[in-house]
Amino acid sequence: MSTEPAAHHGAHVTHEVHHEELGFLWKYVFSTDHKVIGIQYAITALVFLFFGFSLMMLMRWQLAYPGAALPLIGGLLGDSRMPGGTMLPEFYNELGAMHGTIMVFLGVVPLAVGGFGNFVLPLQIGAPDMAFPRLNMLSYWSFFLGGVTMLASFFVPGGAAQSGWTSYAPLSIIAGTGQTWWLIGMIFLITSSLLGAINFITTTIQLRAKGLSFMRFPFFVWAQFVTAFLLLLAFPPLEAASVMQLMDRVAGTSFFLPSGLVVSGQALTNAGGGNPLLWQHLFWFLAHPEVYVLILPAMGIVAEIIANNTRKPLWGYRSMVYSLVFLGFMSFIVWAHHMFMTGMGTAMAAFFQTTTMIISIPSVVILTALIISLWGGSIRFNTPMLFATAFLPMFGIGGLTGLPLGLNVTDIPLHDTYYVIGHFHYVVAPGTILALFAGIYYWFPKATGRKMNETLGKIHFWGSFVCMNVIFMPMFWLGMAGVSRRLYDGGASYNFAQPVMHLHVISSWGAWIMAIFQLAFIFNFFWSIWKGAKTSDNPWDATTIEWAAPSPPPHGNFIHLPQAYRGPYEYSVPGATRDFVPQCEA
Amino acid sequence: MDIPYTVEVRQDTGLINGKIGIWLFLASEVMLFGALFASYILIRTGSQSWPRGDTILNVPLATINTIVLITSSVTMVMAWASLMRRRFETFRLYMGGTILLGLVFLIIKFFEYSHKFETGLYPSTNNFLAIYFTLTGLHGLHVIGGMAVNAYFWGPGAKLWKTNPEWFTNRVEHSGLFWHFVDLVWIFLFPTLYLL
Repeated sequence: MSTEPAAHHGAHVTHEVHHEELGFLWKYVFSTDHKVIGIQYAITALVFLFFGFSLMMLMRWQLAYPGAALPLIGGLLGDSRMPGGTMLPEFYNELGAMHGTIMVFLGVVPLAVGGFGNFVLPLQIGAPDMAFPRLNMLSYWSFFLGGVTMLASFFVPGGAAQSGWTSYAPLSIIAGTGQTWWLIGMIFLITSSLLGAINFITTTIQLRAKGLSFMRFPFFVWAQFVTAFLLLLAFPPLEAASVMQLMDRVAGTSFFLPSGLVVSGQALTNAGGGNPLLWQHLFWFLAHPEVYVLILPAMGIVAEIIANNTRKPLWGYRSMVYSLVFLGFMSFIVWAHHMFMTGMGTAMAAFFQTTTMIISIPSVVILTALIISLWGGSIRFNTPMLFATAFLPMFGIGGLTGLPLGLNVTDIPLHDTYYVIGHFHYVVAPGTILALFAGIYYWFPKATGRKMNETLGKIHFWGSFVCMNVIFMPMFWLGMAGVSRRLYDGGASYNFAQPVMHLHVISSWGAWIMAIFQLAFIFNFFWSIWKGAKTSDNPWDATTIEWAAPSPPPHGNFIHLPQAYRGPYEYSVPGATRDFVPQCEA
Repeated sequence: MDIPYTVEVRQDTGLINGKIGIWLFLASEVMLFGALFASYILIRTGSQSWPRGDTILNVPLATINTIVLITSSVTMVMAWASLMRRRFETFRLYMGGTILLGLVFLIIKFFEYSHKFETGLYPSTNNFLAIYFTLTGLHGLHVIGGMAVNAYFWGPGAKLWKTNPEWFTNRVEHSGLFWHFVDLVWIFLFPTLYLL
């Protein structure tokens, strides 16, 4: 064993060098380098985020001004979608279903896990690459195919999926062709995150630098590690459910079709005997852990930036890590709190509301630890830090407004109203997305060797921060007034909703103005790639290992493989010459 | 640049990367089939009537198939053991046997399926047949996948034996773990669908 692997080692290195000399296609498109794949993921996901946001901006027109013709753009979308510029209900449903699907499965998760996880995690643990580079490439391309399938579904007869991002049966089974495309797209996306999750866990366990024990991990690494377990174990049941729904649609089975179903006055000819609630259980068995997949990487990013910009160690690092692991475990046994309205028995409801209340404890521990970390720090309010600090109260609002939804009794009047939309979006949009922006501004210098412009960054921050609250805060009032989230006219046809209809207008203008502020980000992003101020390898005076690599890191990341000598956040150590002691400095 | 611990064991974990990778993959597979078995239980307990498997399905053929798959697991172990003993030609023989047994399984399955279709029994006929075709179909895809990987190691992938025998042996072990899993799924499927 001693001679042969060594000989192979040499052969492999020359192969890799040869590999790098290959053209653009192999270096940037079919790359196996985790950094290139991370950037591919990030850019694709940003495009999808903007696309999903655009779908929502169209919907917001219909909600603010129901039935009015949309000037300019409305006419371009064709008679099957917006005849004369007025949106058809079917098209509204398409937009709603695809907004949810795209934002969750093609935007936020790929950016948080595929993008940041791929780019940052191996660097932070001092690894030369991911454990399985070719699987990593496959993961990206499977994601890409899933995305293309989803986009293509807009152009099939009858349009894209219209049954909501949850695709509840039996509605989704009797729906048009778009739903079949949705299911096939989902199977690609599930395969992608499965391959990614295996890679992340193996990389974290095996390729961490010498001396980097688990309790010396940066919090971001812990967050990605737990997230990967959620993806690994929660997604396969949705894959099973997608296969069954596909069978229902294509092979005529009745997994989710009850007996005696009547559609438009016609009894269905299916065998029946299936159970629509089975779909809900399988879907939420994935989709509740999925919520934590959306939020944990964001918490990881925020923790890194807060430690760095308060120049202090994180307060309560160990309790944060234990909370994270507990959170990951608990997220598998809370799913049916999405289903209180399905007529489940009180015993089941009591169980799931108890687990739901328990799972809020570790979230609060992490949030509290992050807030206490600010205490007594000499805070640097640069752009990443602004986004990271804004995450704390926004996620706080999102979390606290969730408590009434987790309790059976208070959920019943609020279920399926705009309140739920407000709650969920406070977690994911002003919460996760602000944290993701923070991460982009923070690690941009590592990826490009240049900083993004601070002034544009601050314009982007304040615009997005204010607008997000303008969009989502009114939804709590709409919801408490009883307006259902699924109405094509936003409730305009109901008398009881009249006193709150103006809130839709406020919300919509918030969304459109926020789009303008995103232009500052888009311009800043591309301008800074070529024209941004050049920086050193460690522009933020950070301690974690990724900053010891050159910016941008070469193939193989480090010139010498680093070693960890201490915990991740040794800031302002008494007696040290500088106010930070890097993890990999002896 | 080379990825460490593809062949040599990492001291503190005592593992190579591929071993962790394949076990994680199997964990996710357990969740996949677990969800389908759970659905089976839910649909069966919620239905008015449910046929006994042996009144519709061909138990003798499935018994033969069970024996075929278990034998293929034995030959798979023998293939790996041959590599451990550095006997490449015996590996070829046993690995070839494993692939052929997989093929025998699929052929028998094909006859079972076509007989069902001929007698007018389709996935849409009732939910028993729906779950039967879904579970065995998905299992069949796993058999095909395992055979494809094994065929690769029998054929073109075997080149690695000359340059890095340890790595090759590890890879065969990992594909063997997957093959045993596929076997194990069938051992759950057989009584659940055919006998209960």
